[in-house]
Amino acid sequence: MNIIVCVKQVPNPENANFNEKSNTVMREGVKAIINPLDLNAIEEALRLRDKTGGRVTALSMGIPEASQLLKEAVGMGVDEAVLLSDPLFAGADTLATSYTLSKGVQKKGNYHLIICGKQSIDGDTAQVGPSLAEKLGIPHITCVDKIEETGEGFIKCRRIADEGYEIVQMKLPGLITVVKGINEPRLPTLKGIMRSKKAEIPIWNCEDIGADAGQCGFSGSPTKVFKSFVPDRRVDSRIIAGSPEEQAAILLEELKKAL
Amino acid sequence: MNSIRILHDKCTKCGICIKKCLYNAIDLTDNKIEVNGNCNYCGSCREACRHGAISIERAGVLQANDITAFKGVWVFAEQKSGVLGSAVIELLGEGGRLAEALGVELSAVLVGHNVGPMVEALSAYGADRVYIVDNPRLENYNDELYSAVVCDIISRYMPEIFLIASTSIGCSLAPRMASRLGTGLTADCVSLDIDIESRRLIQTRPAFGGNLMASIICPYHRPQMCTIKPRVMKAVSPDYLRRAEVIAPRVVIPGAVNASVIDIIKDAGQRVNLSEADIIVSAGRGMEEPRNLEMIYELAGVLGASVGGSRAIVDAGWLDYRCQIGQTGKTVRPKVYFACGISGAIQHLAGITASKLIVAINSDPDAPIFKVSHLGIVGDVKKIIPAFINEFNKGGGL
Repeated sequence: MNIIVCVKQVPNPENANFNEKSNTVMREGVKAIINPLDLNAIEEALRLRDKTGGRVTALSMGIPEASQLLKEAVGMGVDEAVLLSDPLFAGADTLATSYTLSKGVQKKGNYHLIICGKQSIDGDTAQVGPSLAEKLGIPHITCVDKIEETGEGFIKCRRIADEGYEIVQMKLPGLITVVKGINEPRLPTLKGIMRSKKAEIPIWNCEDIGADAGQCGFSGSPTKVFKSFVPDRRVDSRIIAGSPEEQAAILLEELKKAL
Repeated sequence: MNSIRILHDKCTKCGICIKKCLYNAIDLTDNKIEVNGNCNYCGSCREACRHGAISIERAGVLQANDITAFKGVWVFAEQKSGVLGSAVIELLGEGGRLAEALGVELSAVLVGHNVGPMVEALSAYGADRVYIVDNPRLENYNDELYSAVVCDIISRYMPEIFLIASTSIGCSLAPRMASRLGTGLTADCVSLDIDIESRRLIQTRPAFGGNLMASIICPYHRPQMCTIKPRVMKAVSPDYLRRAEVIAPRVVIPGAVNASVIDIIKDAGQRVNLSEADIIVSAGRGMEEPRNLEMIYELAGVLGASVGGSRAIVDAGWLDYRCQIGQTGKTVRPKVYFACGISGAIQHLAGITASKLIVAINSDPDAPIFKVSHLGIVGDVKKIIPAFINEFNKGGGL
């Protein structure tokens, strides 16, 4: 089974910066990490490959520096990695991102399954997976926490629903988004790190993937950040003192007032 | 832009498309089949044509110059087995407020099988109009079928705003629809406003784990779509004398599906749908040992609460991943959130700060959780919980 894993580089949430003019995230100069759930996506792809054969390709859209993170993916064991990078891709919302990724996927071709992390920790929208599937005209399953079975031309997954689980069977090619609970991502091996040092990460620009520049990046994004502000997080805080019994009694009184 | 073309080299001028068209959009003029401006690109003619002579491209609805054609506020009326999703009435409440500001009607889209009885509730909670698609093939939710059907109706009736609840279904459906329609979608809005002059929807959502709020607009594309978590918006009190107009559009349901639910495993007993819980009792590493979670379950039991936990104890295997609260788990907004032995890492706080009342119990007075808690108890959580349960039972509950 040939698998494409979508990988996003995210700024470490503790030191994120914003460009106040464009109201977009500044990724330059901030230590970037692979989006945590994308590590689960890579891990699941590697496990599937080891079971069924085929190749795993990591695909990312981002600034040129993101190729460093794709090398980490190579270190974990993906067979190849491709970076979609072009100034035209900057400032993309989820729709423009999905479009650009879909053109990258189409150029890569010959895939059976696409795996994405359920959501990124910076944008936090959980939209790109399903949106990409729609752009490619393939089915999708979100919130997968277990792959039950794979067979000729299909995959059977367990997904987390609101009141339990659903078992979904999907024809391939298709796309799944995975949650953290699906696996424990491996660390790069020494051999992998050696390999990743030598690995060439091809960079494809807008022209390479045959994308319409008007549908990429800022110009291809229907949504715009109108303003951003730091929320007022101050709360009226009260510390309840006393013995555990006294504390419990006061807490109960307060709860009665609140509910 | 949508476009429809008659392939005149294939067309035999049989006229069946003219009969099938619901909108009188096809004419035979000058011995040629032509499509006029009434066309809604619904595809009935293409389905009916035996010669493959009609080509329709639905690239999306939505160009800067025709956004004024979009009118009305719509809500997706999610339902399962004939029961409306709990957030639907909240979305109707909020949608009604937006519709009033814009001077337009509020509509609900109800898709499923034997869903007619739910129209009454939709009317009572504010819908002026209900678009209903009732078909046995739509009995259970399916991404491909539902997105095709709802997008089809949107392309025809053109609402300016479309609201969907951020449920398991909504989060799968909404991005698929927005991608197909080529419009913007804002996830998990916490407040919505209308800029009256431009008629734009200002959609505010947390970013970066709630460290920043971003107000998003979708200026040149319609509909303006957003998802909203359950419990964020307020329902209005129902008026069962209201009667919504019911419209049952004829839609073409795609023939084949590529993914379908083949089994449902419902959770027995323990409620884990944390996103809709009124009270949550949440445990962290400060509980020290997995067996101490017993008192967490006991406390949850007496309060009728759901149980959650920090990433630390989920990673340690004490609790199922679905119970994890925080950045890589769930975001919750209960009336009361008990943080028991949770220090309050920023990733955890990102998931809880929308709670109405945060109660923190922790032995470390400098724990960051006390910076966001409304009520803090510094002490041994293993002594305080039993004391509270005792007090609760003595006092006969809340």
